[in-house]
Amino acid sequence: MSVDAKTVRRIAHLARIAVTDEEVGPLQGELNAILAFVEQLDAVDVAGVEPMTSVTPMAMKRRADVVTDGGRAQEVVANAPETEDHYFLVPKVVE
Amino acid sequence: MTALNELTLAEARDGLTAKTFSAREIAQAHVEALEKARVLNAYIRETPERALAMAEVSDARIAKGEARPLEGLPLGIKDLFCTHGVVTTAGSRMLETFEPHYESAVSANLWRDGAVMLGKLNLDEFAMGSSNETSAYGDVVSPWRRTGSEAGIVPGGSSGGSAAAVAAHLCLGATATDTGGSIRQPAAFTGTVGIKPTYGRCSRWGTVAFASSLDQAGPIARTVRDTAILLASMAGHDPRDTTSVDRPVPDFEAAVSRGVKGLTIGIPREYRVDGMAPEIQSLWDRGAEWLRAAGATVRDISLPNTRHALAAYYIVAPAEASSNLARYDGVRYGLRVPGKDIAGMYENTRAAGFGREVKRRIMIGTYVLSAGYYDAYYVRAQKIRTLIKRDFEAAYADGVDAILTPATPTAAFGIGEKASADPVEMYLNDVFTVTVNMAGLPGISVPAGLDGQGLPLGLQLIGRPFDEETLFAASQVIEDAAGRTKLPPAWWA
Repeated sequence: MSVDAKTVRRIAHLARIAVTDEEVGPLQGELNAILAFVEQLDAVDVAGVEPMTSVTPMAMKRRADVVTDGGRAQEVVANAPETEDHYFLVPKVVE
Repeated sequence: MTALNELTLAEARDGLTAKTFSAREIAQAHVEALEKARVLNAYIRETPERALAMAEVSDARIAKGEARPLEGLPLGIKDLFCTHGVVTTAGSRMLETFEPHYESAVSANLWRDGAVMLGKLNLDEFAMGSSNETSAYGDVVSPWRRTGSEAGIVPGGSSGGSAAAVAAHLCLGATATDTGGSIRQPAAFTGTVGIKPTYGRCSRWGTVAFASSLDQAGPIARTVRDTAILLASMAGHDPRDTTSVDRPVPDFEAAVSRGVKGLTIGIPREYRVDGMAPEIQSLWDRGAEWLRAAGATVRDISLPNTRHALAAYYIVAPAEASSNLARYDGVRYGLRVPGKDIAGMYENTRAAGFGREVKRRIMIGTYVLSAGYYDAYYVRAQKIRTLIKRDFEAAYADGVDAILTPATPTAAFGIGEKASADPVEMYLNDVFTVTVNMAGLPGISVPAGLDGQGLPLGLQLIGRPFDEETLFAASQVIEDAAGRTKLPPAWWA
């Protein structure tokens, strides 16, 4: 399996990472090197094998439905590039 | 008279208890050592005022007879653990000014036990790398050099700053994380001890996430005993991390002197890879001999799916990374680069904030999770993961107590030596370590000798789930037989 330039651009868009025209070629080469490397897995017989969903067998613990945190809006927005009144500010999302 | 920063952590603990020196003195010795070692670039951020303030608190407690387990011991913290009020960068431009308003579970445990913080240690960006050459804050230079050469050597990665700092006596011990080998490989490259505990032993809360089903925190230190002391403080159940296990933390330090009489050590034949250096093979044989001489039974075992582990890892880890790093969008924290609209802002921010290796892995991860490819890649790799884990379960069920392998296929290489266009060449450094993360097992790297050019080589022991104690016992046997590593003298001071 290998990717062409168009696919590289599509993946970059899915990942929300801008790529310049100059970057596409080298990225395509690097991604294809990795994909060639993992191709060996196609030959493995995985019939009847479950995918691993839990690393260490355990039941998920649940917590009591009580409020244990909050009222720290100032801390929550402290690292934001742009805020106002404890809101995060972003460019317009909906036209 | 040994300089205070050249003691082991256990020796320093004894010295403080005996009041041979004060916490302030040992902190000061480290602060001065750090100042002289900046050329190694092990620390992204030094926190000397904080260190001395914490040392003062420790001295007061020692005077009152209220010393906690790590009272007054100066440590370095990998810059992947959020530290309250101290900028945490994850080695990336994306978080250059990010100042957490909370403390990670692991570092909080260390301060709870009285340790002193010297600073934040350098790492590969977002923990992605095997040589500490992808940090946005510069390469780390290993304190080791090849005999007769002054060329810069890599400390390994991603915890390169942690390993270099420990080896160069710039801290008594350091925290680190391991997703595919990032504790064990740099420990092997720098002649130090590093353990990745069982998945779930340490809480991941407050640790910047790379691959959530593979990441684990662990210590790097100069001796097996020191590593055991640190892990006992770092580990423990945390309700804020549902993958952290609710099991008591054993007395790891006590396990160190258990010996290996009556234990069975497995040697997996599939780890004997093509083109493995004869030095590595003889180191491995020597290790088996030492364990045999100490009363263990050593036998060959088979882990047939080992050979697929690295490929499966390079599907699973990037996939999880693509999901975890989606949060870096310029909205709530970190870098923001404006764009013509919100999508443009996301794309420009992420293009500017992430380095090449990180972008590469996010993109591979995005691809293998995308519609049409998810089953062929990600699901298949997760099935192979089940097979890898089964191999270990079968070996352990068959009476094996621990497994001995080399830690790395070679000694440390030169800075810039693996800058070729093929990313896979760098990935091959992890061939012996990734299986352990894929199976969620504990793994330790312990120094076992030097190569022909005077660079350290390490052996790896892989254990049963939650049996770090056997790993400490067996690696102490190796440390005793190999002798303590003679760390390089400070050519930079």
